[in-house]
Order: sequence, then structure tokens, then C-alpha cells
Amino acid sequence: MRRKLDMEHGFVDLSFGAGGVASAQLTREIFAPEFSNPILDRMEDGAVIDMPAGRLVVSTDSHVISPIFFPGGDIGSLAIHGSVNDVSMMGAEPMHMSVGFIIEEGVPFSTLKRIAVSMGRAAREAGVSIVAADTKVVKKGEADQVYITSTCFGVVADDVAIGADRARQGDRVLISGQVGDHGAAVLACREELSMKSDLQSDSQSVSDLVAAMLASGVDIHCMRDPTRGGVATSLNELATTSAVGIEINEAAIPVNEGVRAVSELLGLDPLYFACEGRLIAICAAEDADTLLACMQHHPKGEAAAIIGEVTGNGDIPLILRSAFGGSRVVSVLTGDQMPRIC
Amino acid sequence: MKFIDEYRDSATIRSLLAQIGSEAESGRTYRLMEFCGGHTHAFYRYGLLPLLPLNVEMVHGPGCPVCVLPISRIDAAVALAAKEGVIFCSYGDMLRVPGSDGKSLLKAKAEGADVRMIYSPLDAVRLAVENPEAEVIFFAVGFETTAPATALALKQAAAQQIKNFFIFCNHVLTPPAMRAILDYEDGEQACSIDGIIGPGHVSAIIGSSAYRFVADEHHIPLVISGFEPVDLLTAVLMLVRQINAGQAVIENRYRRAVKDEGSPQAIRLMDELFELRGSFEWRGFGMLADSAQKLSAGYAAFDAELKFDVSYEDAVDHKACRCAEVLRGQIQPEACSVFAKLCTPENPLGACMVSSEGACAAAYSYGGGRS
Repeated sequence: MRRKLDMEHGFVDLSFGAGGVASAQLTREIFAPEFSNPILDRMEDGAVIDMPAGRLVVSTDSHVISPIFFPGGDIGSLAIHGSVNDVSMMGAEPMHMSVGFIIEEGVPFSTLKRIAVSMGRAAREAGVSIVAADTKVVKKGEADQVYITSTCFGVVADDVAIGADRARQGDRVLISGQVGDHGAAVLACREELSMKSDLQSDSQSVSDLVAAMLASGVDIHCMRDPTRGGVATSLNELATTSAVGIEINEAAIPVNEGVRAVSELLGLDPLYFACEGRLIAICAAEDADTLLACMQHHPKGEAAAIIGEVTGNGDIPLILRSAFGGSRVVSVLTGDQMPRIC
Repeated sequence: MKFIDEYRDSATIRSLLAQIGSEAESGRTYRLMEFCGGHTHAFYRYGLLPLLPLNVEMVHGPGCPVCVLPISRIDAAVALAAKEGVIFCSYGDMLRVPGSDGKSLLKAKAEGADVRMIYSPLDAVRLAVENPEAEVIFFAVGFETTAPATALALKQAAAQQIKNFFIFCNHVLTPPAMRAILDYEDGEQACSIDGIIGPGHVSAIIGSSAYRFVADEHHIPLVISGFEPVDLLTAVLMLVRQINAGQAVIENRYRRAVKDEGSPQAIRLMDELFELRGSFEWRGFGMLADSAQKLSAGYAAFDAELKFDVSYEDAVDHKACRCAEVLRGQIQPEACSVFAKLCTPENPLGACMVSSEGACAAAYSYGGGRS
């Protein structure tokens, strides 16, 4: 009988990735108790799932963030929310998840435990069960602490037809809350910026908000969670896929004061900051007020707003109008936003 | 947010635009240069350019530290970064600037060079302390705005007697570049500027008196401005008024940040740690006398150019690239034949398309990538 893992001082070495007794112990003591559910607990090579009616929706996301713990979340909760939200954006109910970990040699057990606890909690809150998981350990320096790949499986009803190609001229664009909280919070807590802020990531599952929106009966044309690349990128993608133009109204876009401050300080644009618990929805103009009211009634959509409308033929995918009549094109970024030099 | 909201107030902006519209005399053109890339960016970002009267034309200046660095210096940086045992630290904006054959620091990093993106020169000093076996080089670029931060890092490294920290100094000065633009105007390809919006951040360091020669010797008005729409439009209006009145004086409309004498503390720091180079090569301008700084003799031990074998090969810009003329304010970015075609932020041929402060990058991103 092996001794239990020393959760306080112990750390992962390469033997934990060899597939033998140590690997099994890592799974058994760190991950399995936090993820426990009847399908996973069978510990078979594959998860056997009874399929409900409807169509299967699958989404995969890999998470390689730094720092792995940030105000309002961590890489574990983010790995759950990221995939759950992607499945939700298709109007589906997220149900099951599969997760894979690449762990760097030397990572403390306590760090992994903290991540596992956070993932277990996030999964329960989102109403999904983690039915398959895998760990691999790589040599020190070959990864940055821990990477997580997560896949979410959900089911969408036959009469739901949300698609990036369904935006039509005259449609309204809605957002579920303040933009950029996640991106700004992660940026501000990076050690090298040494900023002090009370910004919190918005990382959360929006599956319950989506369920409420679908229940309102409104025909939602498009939905996106504006993660990497932010609202600017998501709206560009939707406009391009639908071959339309979108105009957003700067004054209508909800931005937290703290996020504005970080953006101003670094010369960055909050429209490009990632959100991890917000969604963009596009629906017909006559349905917009109904959908907005439905979102504002939900705790995760209290700050929802109509931020723009679908116009034109898409020569320019996205235009931002300012309150004084100025306008500019909002394009997709080439790389990361870089703080200004001067 | 205080100091921001009042400078973006739409009623104020509309009224300024109306005043500019009524005071700009039809029958004459007003070619105004915003020297600073941050101003260029702001004009585009707030969508102000199409709102100005047709006869008020903004000409973009060379105030983009990334843009004015010549290819030979980029090549030298790439060579330094590739040296065995070197950790090469750079501001993020410099990483994607193409050197000869399109080789950038980012590509050098992909090929194995240890290139780190940092936010402050003090991060480079910290890296030197944490990695005593490595030689840490900081790629110092920028105008008078970033030079004091470099000086501070240098001072700290000297005080801590850090032996493995070096500075590859490329700090350049604003007044000589402004002088070069105005002198160039006398040449064949005159850029004929009627007024200048003076830099905001640079002026906070060097003070408004540094530009007196613009008014005195060239009889051109200059108004120092902040970066918000109200700041910029106020500066435009004041320039229009000066031009109408045949005046040429230096005005400071950024008093919340800029004092006439600048920041004596920062100036002292720079004087102590840096000395003027006899001449320095600028993209678009060639060699300019007394236009750049290097580490002063007392700090020579930290000078990467002395420590390492740095050579400057003659390198030419891509033959279709017209960055040089863009930087001199002679053409608008869209007038370059490769703009938004061969040259895009994804595949930049010239530096002006790379930096967020570059005129081509601003014109491209806020113009929707249309030529």
C-alpha cells in the first residue's frame, strides 16, 4: 500500500506520468473525488452515456493561461466555463465533459488539488458531469505548470436554429453584461505589470442564462461568447459569416470603470479584451426588447444592453459610432494588443 | 472617469467641430501635422478625421518610436538576441518589426533566441538579477518619454553593481526630427505644413520651450495637445486661428500634464546618464546630427554596443515601401501602392504598418483595411 500523497509539500514528478501506480494515485486522490459521478466512477476506458433526444453538440477548447490563478477564477473553472459556454452558444444544454491535463514536472499537489476542486465546483454549478479525464506529465520547462483541454457535449432541441450566418439587416445586437472584465483582470494581475486593482474576472457558465433566453420564445439568430479577441472579434466573425455589416454604439456598450482605467493606462481597447461569462445575441428588431427584458431579469444578465444593429452589406464588417458622430472601423487584431511605448 | 469623460464630451466636441468649420476659411487649405503617433492613433480611433472640414488636412508625423528605427538597428537587435547566453528584453511593439529579409525579433525567438517581452526596463534589471549566468540586454527605444525610465533602470543596475545587465540604447530626440521635417520642406518634395500639433507625453518631459525654434525660425504655429478628442480638436481650432491671424507662437493646451519647463527631474536624470550621439540614422531621414542618446562615459560598462560586437550593415527598405515619405509627412499612408495590398499588419513590409502608433497601422485598422 503506497502512502497517501503529501498534499502540503509534495509535487508531481515524472513517475506520475508513467501510467503506473503513481499515475493511478494522482487520479484517485486529486481528481476523482472532485469530479465524482456515476459514469466516471465506473473507471472504465470509456464513458458510456445514454443519449437523450435531439442533436449532439460538441466543443473543445485548450487552456494555456498565465497566471493560472486570477481574481474571480482559475484555469480549472475557466476550462469548464469555456467549453460549457461554447456549447450553450448553439442553444444546446451542456451535459457531459471530457478533460485532459498536461502537467509540468514539479507542480505541487496542492496546486492541482486547488484546480480540481475549482473544476468540480464549476461543473456542478453548470450542471455538467465530467465523464472522462486524462493526465500526462512532461519534463520541467516543457510546459508552464498546467495546461487543460476540455471538451463539452450537449444536446440541442430540433427546433433551435442558432447560426453565425443568420444575422439579417435590421437585427439588433445585445450583450449580456460589461465587456472585458476577464481580460482586464488577468492583465492587471500579471506580475510584471505590478498593478493593484480590484478587478474580477467574469468567468462563469452562461448555460442557465441561455436556457432562460430560449424559454422566452424569441427566435435568436446568432449567439457568441466573446472570449479570445473580445467583442470586436466575435462581432467581426458574425458579420463576415452572415455577409452583413454591424454598427455598434460606443455609448451603449457597458464597460466597468476599472476596466476602462486599465485600458486607458495601457492604451488598450476593452472591445478586444476576453470575456468568459458574457454572451452576444442577435435577434430581429421587434424581438429585441423582449429578449433584453428576459436577459435583464436573469442574475447573469442584469447589465444586458442593446449595443447596436445589423446594417449594410458587409463591405465593412464592424463600425463603432461615437456619441458625437465620429465613426471608425473595428477590425480583427493581428496579434495580441501591445501596451504603447510612448 | 475624471480627466477622461470631460475630454470626450459629445456636446463640447460638436461645438468645437462647428467652430473649426466656421473659422477655417474656404479658399485656403490648412495642412496640420500631428507629430506624435499617439495623436495619429487618437484621430483615427475617435473617428475625427472625416468630421473635419475638407480643407483642414491632418498630416501624420514621425512620432512613432518603432517606425523611425532604421532596419540596420533592427538587424543589430536580432543579431544581439541570437547570441548564445543572452536574454534579450524588448517592449512588445518592437517584436514584429521586420528587419532585413523580413527577420524580426519574434522570428528570432521562434528560432530559439531568448527574447522576452517586458513592460518596464526595471523588469530587465530583475531578470539580470534572477539569471546571473545570462547576459541580459534591454532594447531601449523611444523618444524622451521612455528615456527617463531607461535611465532609472540604468541607475538602479549601477547602484546594485549588476554586471550582467546591458542596454542597447536607441533613444531618439523629438526636436531634431521636427527640425528635419521643417528643413526638408525647403527641398524639392516640400511637405508644406501650416501648423503642428506638438507631442503630449514628450512635452511633459522636455517642456514647451523646446519647440521655440518652430515658431521663431520657421514661422509655423505649434500647439501642444493631450490625447482626447476635446484636446485634439481644441488644438486644431487654435492652429486654424493662428494661421488665420498670420501668427506663429507655441501654445500649450495640455497644461494638466505639460509645464513650460518640462520635468526638471527627468531632464537631470537623462543628462546624468546619457550623452548626445554625434549623429544617428532615422528611417525616412537618414543621418541626423545630435538626434539621439547613448549611455554616458561613466556608464559605458552597461553599454551593449561596447560590450558586444555590434555592427551596422547598410540595409535598404523594401523597394515598394514608402514609409520614409509617410514619416516625413509627404504622403498619406493610403497613397503608398502596397498599402493594404502587399503590406498589412499580418505581413508588414514597413515599420509604419507594425506599431500601434504607426500611421499606416492606424489608417489600416481604423479604415477597415481598404486602400
